[in-house]
Amino acid sequence: MTARPLLAVAAVLALAPSLAPAAPAAGQPSAADLEAQLVCPTCKTTLDMSDAPVARRMKAIIRAQLAAGATEAEIKTELVDQFGQGVLAEPPKRGFDLLAWVLPLGALVLGAVGVGVLAWSWSRRAGNGRESEETPLDPALERRLEDELARFDG
Amino acid sequence: MTAARAKVAAQALAMAGVVALLALLVWKVAFAADGGVAAELAAGKPVEAPPFALERLDREGTLSLDDLAGKPLVVNFWASWCIPCREEAPRLQQTYERYGGQGLVVLGIDYQDFRADAKRFMKRFGLTYPNVYDGKGSLVGRWGLRGVPETFFVDRRGRVVGDVIIGGVHLERNEDAFVKGIELILSSTP
Repeated sequence: MTARPLLAVAAVLALAPSLAPAAPAAGQPSAADLEAQLVCPTCKTTLDMSDAPVARRMKAIIRAQLAAGATEAEIKTELVDQFGQGVLAEPPKRGFDLLAWVLPLGALVLGAVGVGVLAWSWSRRAGNGRESEETPLDPALERRLEDELARFDG
Repeated sequence: MTAARAKVAAQALAMAGVVALLALLVWKVAFAADGGVAAELAAGKPVEAPPFALERLDREGTLSLDDLAGKPLVVNFWASWCIPCREEAPRLQQTYERYGGQGLVVLGIDYQDFRADAKRFMKRFGLTYPNVYDGKGSLVGRWGLRGVPETFFVDRRGRVVGDVIIGGVHLERNEDAFVKGIELILSSTP
């Protein structure tokens, strides 16, 4: 009689891992991680934002492959083979796709340099302007100005 | 003098950038697919079927439009995850069996799908007509596809004729357009 409850507890403990949601193995991404990194080919949003039929099928495949122990790279390679590079939310950082990362950064740096050069050039011009303000007046003009002022005061 | 040269070089570089961007814009406006076959057909323009060469699903190898030159074609875009595609599949198979003797070919183009799912679909519905795989959806722009299923009719001269059937081929919804398309391609001459 006392063995029955013990057996029941043992059975529950044995089943517990299979009842809990599948946790990713060490070094493996979760399904949610991958769904945020992959794009639904028909609606062009990430899988976690899409409920399109093909997106639902892709999510099921991802979960099945994770359960079978596939790595992130293997799953992505498989999906790229089926749907092309467009299925990746971020282009890979190699080959021609590297341009997608480098070009915006390059444009940003060039823009910053351009703004710096312009600012420097404008400040120099403004500086020159101030110098010209301090240069003395032509003596003839100065004399005429003094005469005019004296006449005005007188 | 050096500063003046640098200024000229910078201006030339900026001008080159502007010209390059303008050229891109002109190219996009002039050559980019805009509505594809479906839009040109709707506008009443004669339109050639866009060429393709795709991996076959029904056997090894690839199949191109050139391989089917001179044959009347029913080009059907489909996917295993698409419910109307399941409903129309038996009708397309019947069409292939009925008119195959007159040279008609139904060509299935599986779009944005898993190969394994597509092959299961073909087996489930007993499809014996040629089917090719376009997982990347590379033909979407040129054919002006809005979704699946869609069906086009290509005559023996390689021209797209009749109406595009948007949605599943259905006895009540679009029977007239389907029959008209079949008649047009069968009566065409090479």
